[in-house]
Order: sequence, then C-alpha cells, then structure tokens
Amino acid sequence: MIDYLGSNSDVVLAALRQHVGLAFLPLLIGVVLALPVGYLGVRFGWLYHPLLNASGIVYSIPSLALFVTLPYVLGTQVLSPVNIVVALSLYTLALMARTVADGLRSVDPSLTEAATAMGYRRTRRLVEVELPLALPVVLAGVRVAAVSNISLVSVGALIGIGGLGALFTRGFQLFYTAPILVGVVLSVLLAAVTDLVIVSVQRAVTPWTRATTRRA
Amino acid sequence: MGDDTPYLLDGSHWSGPQGIPHLVLAHLGYTGLALLCGLVIALPVGLYIGHTGRGSFLAINAGNAGRSLPTLGLLMLMVTLMGLGFLPVLIALTVLVVPPILTTTYAGLRNVDRSAVDAAVGMGMRPWQVLWRVEVPMALPVMLGGLRSAALQVVATATVAASVGLSGLGRLLIDGLSVNDYGRVVAGAVVVAVLAIVLDLLLGLVQRYAVSPGISGRGLRRRGAPVAASGPDPELA
Repeated sequence: MIDYLGSNSDVVLAALRQHVGLAFLPLLIGVVLALPVGYLGVRFGWLYHPLLNASGIVYSIPSLALFVTLPYVLGTQVLSPVNIVVALSLYTLALMARTVADGLRSVDPSLTEAATAMGYRRTRRLVEVELPLALPVVLAGVRVAAVSNISLVSVGALIGIGGLGALFTRGFQLFYTAPILVGVVLSVLLAAVTDLVIVSVQRAVTPWTRATTRRA
Repeated sequence: MGDDTPYLLDGSHWSGPQGIPHLVLAHLGYTGLALLCGLVIALPVGLYIGHTGRGSFLAINAGNAGRSLPTLGLLMLMVTLMGLGFLPVLIALTVLVVPPILTTTYAGLRNVDRSAVDAAVGMGMRPWQVLWRVEVPMALPVMLGGLRSAALQVVATATVAASVGLSGLGRLLIDGLSVNDYGRVVAGAVVVAVLAIVLDLLLGLVQRYAVSPGISGRGLRRRGAPVAASGPDPELA
C-alpha cells in the first residue's frame, strides 16, 4: 500500500482533489437551496408534509440509478461530472430541506414571540433569532449530508467519474488490492476530517448549547 | 424488440435468467440476506448496549463510521481479497446494515422513559423481562425506523453487485451503460426506484401496525380519547 502510494502519488492526489470537489460543491448547492425550501415548509404549514414525502421519495432513488439516468434527463454527456454534482445536490437538498424545516420548528415559540414583542420584523427575526437557534439541528443535518456525499461520490466511478472511486474500479480491473485500500482509507479519512471540522464549527457558533448541557 | 418499444413493455424482457422478474428476485434476495445478517449481528449488540448503557460510545459512533465507508470500495476490496462470488457482496451489504440498526436500537432503548423501567423493576421483573416486555415494545417505533432506513439503503446499494459480475437490478444499469442502451438503463433505474419506494411503504405499514396501540396512540382517536400529538418522525432520531 505504501509502495503504491509512493509511485502513484500524483494519481491519488488528483483523485482526492476531484473527490473533494464532487462532494462539497453539491453540499454547498444543496444547503443553499434547502434554506428557502425548508423555510417555506415552516412558513406555510400545509407544505410541511408534502415536503417530507418528496424528500423521502428523492432519498429512496438509488444513487447509481440517478447517476445513469441524469444524462438523458439533462442532456449532458454520460462522462460529465455535472451528473454527479446534480445528483448529489438533489440528495443534499432532500435531506436538508427537511432538516431546516425541523430546525426552525424546534425553536421555542416563546423566543420568537419575545423577538416580535421587541419589534423584530419577520425577516430580521428569521435571520437573527430563528436561524441561529435552528443551527444545532441544521448543522447535525449538514454532518450527515457531508459524510454521505463523500461516500456516494465513489459510486460515480461505475460511470467513469468518481474521484477516489476511480481507484476502486482500477484496483478491481487489475485485481490489485493496494489502490482500493488507499481509496477506502482516504475516503473514510476525508469523511472523518470533514465531520470533525463541522463539529468544531458547530461548537464555535452555538456556544449556548454547551452551556446548557454542562449545567444539566 | 424494435427500438421503439419501451424496454419495460417488451415481453421478452420479462422472462428468462436475464428477465426482470428474475433480476428483481435476485435483488430482493441480496437485500433480504444482508438485512438478516445485519440484524443477527447488530440487534443483540444494540440491545445489550441500550439495556446496560455499557459501550455507548461504540453505538453512537457506529452510525457515522458506517455512513463514511464507501460500499463500492469495500465490495471491490473484498472481491480482490476473496475472489468473485456472493460472499463479498453479502459482507459489503451487511456492513451497510449494521450501523443504522445498532444506532437506532441503542437510541430507542436509551430514550425509553426511565420511570417505566423503574416501575417494571419495582414490580419484580427480571432484567430479561424488563428488556422484552417494557424496553423493546417502547423502543420499537425507533428501532423499526432504523430497520426501514437500513432496508432502503441496502435495496439502493445492492445495484453495485452487478459491478462485480453478480445479478440483481444493477445488471440493467451496468449492461445498459456498457452497450449504450438508453432504454435498458432507464428501465433499470425505474424498477429499482419503484422497488425501493414499495419496500419503504411496506415497512412503513409494518412500523405502524407492529407498534403496540398503547404506544402509538393508534385506535384511541376513534374512542374519542384525547391523543397527544405524535412527536417528530422517529426516523431521524
């Protein structure tokens, strides 16, 4: 495994770089889209259950099936990374729209009432009171989405673009364990580091959650 | 077999070893076996950790660790180590099942109202009875939620079995791609998605009717008794 890494470091690094891009760009797109969608699910209560159902249905579409069908739907090349980005953005959106809605619903109504009483208008109340209070739930969802994106990217290798997944298919074709092992280890490490970073961000931006757990 | 007939409507695709019913059966076979193996491994461990509270670190972190393992990589790693065959596929899919079952079993048991457990102990129940008569029935909604998401994941992921030469619905996707047969790829994607959705609905029904009415509140409404609003979906708990 070490030998393999030594002689193929450029290939492995390129695969890792592609993997990072293919995992994080959709994460960003999905989360950004999920914020308004999740908000609508709370603002208009009747939208909440349709939102849950839609997210369940999207989530039940197998990733490989989505990867291979998207080129025909979008008119893109089968080997275009756009397919992977769109598919993973969809999954992220499905998971996060629901999480954002749940997060906003978890905010104590007495706090929003207090904010209203203090003269906060709806938009400012949302940005300065409700969103920050929903952050613990939202960031927990971001952790799940980030980690599952990282592991899903490699499935793309079956259609030719999969970041570290390319090491799997290559190793399989050559019946050679080293590249696969390198790919698996790097993929797990990438997920672990990402998770750790999000947890640190969460601790930094929501200091009040720690204060209450310590007192309890 | 004309190019204009949609793949799914062509009768010749519905029979033989490469026919859709055969592929669906193989697919469900992989899924069922992996779920069974995963349950056999994860359920006892989850029950033990949830009941005793010992080793909770393991149960809490299993979920995230499992999610981060790329199944395709694991599968191909197993194949290069053990050779082609069904066993590597079963192992890779079982590894997918264990974390959600373990985590939700543990979380379900831990979230059981402590006063109910105390009352059971006070009534003289043995630890075994407390587990089976109090903790498991009360944790069942959460545990079944875990089973449901595990089943969904495995049904979706079992398509990768085709990438190492096995059967299942992945065959339609992989073979369709390799010969550039658009109709076959889409047919495969549709059948897998429908299978996943049907399985999810079925398990949703099981979840609904396997849980004791005293816990789910099912049937109380008809008798006019006030029912507490059902909490957030247990699936994400």
